[in-house]
Amino acid sequence: MVPLSHYLILSAILFSIGVLGVLIRRNAIVVFMCIEIMLNAVNISLIAFDRHMNLHDGQIFSFMVMCVAAAEVSVGLAIVIALFRNRPTVNLDEFNLLKW
Amino acid sequence: MELLIFYPLGALTVLLALGVVFNNSPIGSAVSLIGMMLGLAGVFILLSAHFIAVLQVIIYAGAIMVLFMFVIMLLNLKGDDRAWKTRERNLFLSVMTGVLLLGILYEFIEITNATTFREPATLAEDFGTTARVGTTLFTDYVLPFEVASILLLAAMVGAVVLAKTKVD
Repeated sequence: MVPLSHYLILSAILFSIGVLGVLIRRNAIVVFMCIEIMLNAVNISLIAFDRHMNLHDGQIFSFMVMCVAAAEVSVGLAIVIALFRNRPTVNLDEFNLLKW
Repeated sequence: MELLIFYPLGALTVLLALGVVFNNSPIGSAVSLIGMMLGLAGVFILLSAHFIAVLQVIIYAGAIMVLFMFVIMLLNLKGDDRAWKTRERNLFLSVMTGVLLLGILYEFIEITNATTFREPATLAEDFGTTARVGTTLFTDYVLPFEVASILLLAAMVGAVVLAKTKVD
C-alpha cells in the first residue's frame, strides 16, 4: 500500500515541472504540452484522494479535467495554426501585438 | 510490494516530464509526453482507478497526442525547432519562480503529512470499475456531464472556425 503523501509528492513534482516548462520555454506547442503535464499532475492528486476516501467523485472530476483538456488542446492548436499563418513562427515572444 | 512498482513508475514519469521541458525538438517533447501519459496510466492502475487509466491511454496518449503530432508535422518549422528557445531576458526570474513554486508545494505536502488523515477507508469491491464510475456519472453528476458535451461542441466549432479563417 503506497501512502497518500507519495502520490501528492509525485503530483507536486510534475506540476512544478509543468510550470517550469511554461515559464522557460518559448515554443508555443511545447508550452501547450507543459500545460498538459500540469493537468495530469492534478489528476493524480484527485484520484489519490479518491482512493484514500473510497469515493468516486474524484474520478468524475478527473474525467471532466480530461474533457476540458481535449477542448483546450483543440482550440489552442487551432489558434497556433492561425498565428502561424499570420507569421511563420511559433516563438511566443514574437507575438506581442497586445502588449502595451 | 506496491512501492516496488510505484517508485520506478514515478521516477519514469518525472524523467519523461523533464524530457518534455528540456528536449530540443517538439517531436521529441511529444514522444516524451506520450511516455509520461502511459506512465501515469500505470500510476492510475496502481490506484485501482482502472476506468480512468484506460481513458488516460485512449484520450491523452491517443487522441490529444495525435493532435499534437499532427500540428507539429503540419507546421513544418524550418530551423525554428532546432534551437532550444527560452525566454531571453527573464530566464533567471523564471527559474527562481519554478524553484519557489516547488518549495511552496513541498511545504504544502509537509503540512498534509503533519495532519493526521483518517485511516484509508476499506476499498469497495467495485472501486474504479466502469460500472461504478458510470453509475456515479449518470446519477450525481449528470448535469456536469451534459455541460461538458456543450463545452466540447463549442470547442469543436471554435477549432473549425479558427483554423479555417485567416487572421488579419
